[in-house]
Amino acid sequence: MSTTTTRGVAQPAPAKASQARPRRGLRSNATLNFWLFTGPFLIGLVIFVFVPIGWSIWLSFFDARYTVTPSNFVGFDNYRQILTNSNFPDSLLTFTIFAAFIVPTTWALSLGLALLVNQLRFMRAFFRSVFFLPTAVSYVAAALIWKMSLFTGVRFGLANTVLGWFGVDNIAYLSNPSPPWYWVVLVSLRLWIQSGFYMILFLAALQNIPAELYEAAEIDGAKRGWQTFWYITLPQLRATSTAVILLLLIAAYQAFDEFYNLITTKATWAQTPLMELYKAALGTNQDYGAGSAGAVILSLLICIVTLAQGKIMGFGRGEEAK
Amino acid sequence: MTTTAPQLDKKRKKRGGILGNTGLYLAVGIAALLFLIPFYLILRNALSTDAEITGENWRLLPSFQWGNISELFDDQTVQFGRALWNSTVVAVLMTVGTLLVCSLAGYGLARIPYKHSNKVFYVVLATLMVPTAVTFVPSFVLVSSLGWVDTYRGLIIPGLFSGFTCFLFRQYFLGFPKELEEAARVDGLGYWGAYWRIVVPNSLNFFAAIATITFISGWNAFLWPLVIGQDPSSWTVQIALSSFITNQTVNFHLIFMATAVSILPLVFVFLFLQRWLVQGIAQTGIKG
Repeated sequence: MSTTTTRGVAQPAPAKASQARPRRGLRSNATLNFWLFTGPFLIGLVIFVFVPIGWSIWLSFFDARYTVTPSNFVGFDNYRQILTNSNFPDSLLTFTIFAAFIVPTTWALSLGLALLVNQLRFMRAFFRSVFFLPTAVSYVAAALIWKMSLFTGVRFGLANTVLGWFGVDNIAYLSNPSPPWYWVVLVSLRLWIQSGFYMILFLAALQNIPAELYEAAEIDGAKRGWQTFWYITLPQLRATSTAVILLLLIAAYQAFDEFYNLITTKATWAQTPLMELYKAALGTNQDYGAGSAGAVILSLLICIVTLAQGKIMGFGRGEEAK
Repeated sequence: MTTTAPQLDKKRKKRGGILGNTGLYLAVGIAALLFLIPFYLILRNALSTDAEITGENWRLLPSFQWGNISELFDDQTVQFGRALWNSTVVAVLMTVGTLLVCSLAGYGLARIPYKHSNKVFYVVLATLMVPTAVTFVPSFVLVSSLGWVDTYRGLIIPGLFSGFTCFLFRQYFLGFPKELEEAARVDGLGYWGAYWRIVVPNSLNFFAAIATITFISGWNAFLWPLVIGQDPSSWTVQIALSSFITNQTVNFHLIFMATAVSILPLVFVFLFLQRWLVQGIAQTGIKG
């Protein structure tokens, strides 16, 4: 996201470029046309993005149980409540653990697949499609397969069947939080769905690395394989890698679908931030004040992370981040 | 930064030697098999009987119970046909609406000279900071006070105004050749006419890429339909599938048949439009 954002800001304003041109009364017409083209979108943006955000900031300072038009101002009580109650901080911990698993593994797997596919001469399109295909599957459908056929706690699941061939007992992957086998289920599911997508990004970036670099390295006596990978491929992929890592982090932050279906909101473990918001605002309490306070906190956190990472890593300046 | 075709060819040939060809294809083949396992499981289970699915010994192939398909759609307790219809309506209208609204705005921001166009653009950029999933509570508050819970309107309209899609269209139109539009103006077309007669017909690849991605994310969306679809009659396919997982009152073979049916249209869309999809992702880095 931010990769392209920074570049967009850096581009010259389109308005200035075409000032010399207008004839046939186009210029007088331009303002009207501008609003004609952008108006519908902007109205929608205000109503469905800005109004809800403003409303929820307002709600977060009120006692808004079962109502969205509260009158009882409570100051920062909602924030205090949601931050001191251990559920919300716990969910941030869940996100951190999940991100620590899923970000490096997806990065490595998608880069690995891209490197493999990039070397293929026959059936390249076929293998690319196979790895890319899971992107079309919803997290819900995947959760269903994972829970009811791949990682069932009983014998008829594929994972336990395979373990059975080696004489290993059945593992209750999801119903028992200790040891936390559920991470295997959650991480493998997301790896399967999202790796192909990031593989496409890496493939595009790999094809933008100039061949001369490899030729020059060869002349300098670099061995093909690890040396060229370490000193040419990986540094050339820096901008793409950074963008991929940020996208992965943001995606993990919003994790909901597969956790909701595999772990459920009734469990006491592995509850993600969005699940906590869901329970606060739409659960039995219908506490829109606390739910809104949570949404404000999560939004602020993600803004800070996005801005900081954009600043530190200098997004979009890498040459191959096309 | 452009690599010409012969260079690419050369590069590929040279790098073919890193792993032996056999080793390379062995590695890719194993990875591909692992990636295909879940698809195999869906199809096997969808065409099996419950006894076969839950049996002690693993059955490699199902007994091909094609009757499972009609059983799924005849089952009144499941109402899967209704859910499929809802998902189709939502995904199609969402795709059409998003393309229309966001492409127009993107074009306006990229190509129509206006003093404050940059300020407007910053307003759009600001919305990219916070993912819409994080603000689902406030959105629900708004939509429920509009009385749009359990309606198509509530499922579709709040999702149309994607700052990100608008941003992508703007970036795309900035690179659109100006000469084409200038020719149209010489012919006396205004912005509106030039847009529909010249710009859109010459941008179909990009529209196809965005359409595919929007359709897939509309079809696969879960959190928002879950919040809005309180009554089973407004459930989308994803919500129906989710209810199978949590309730487990439906038979295994029907659940898996439903999963297969829910994935099939997307796999087709995906295979036929893959070219544009790959292009679109490579160009923009967006997620389906």
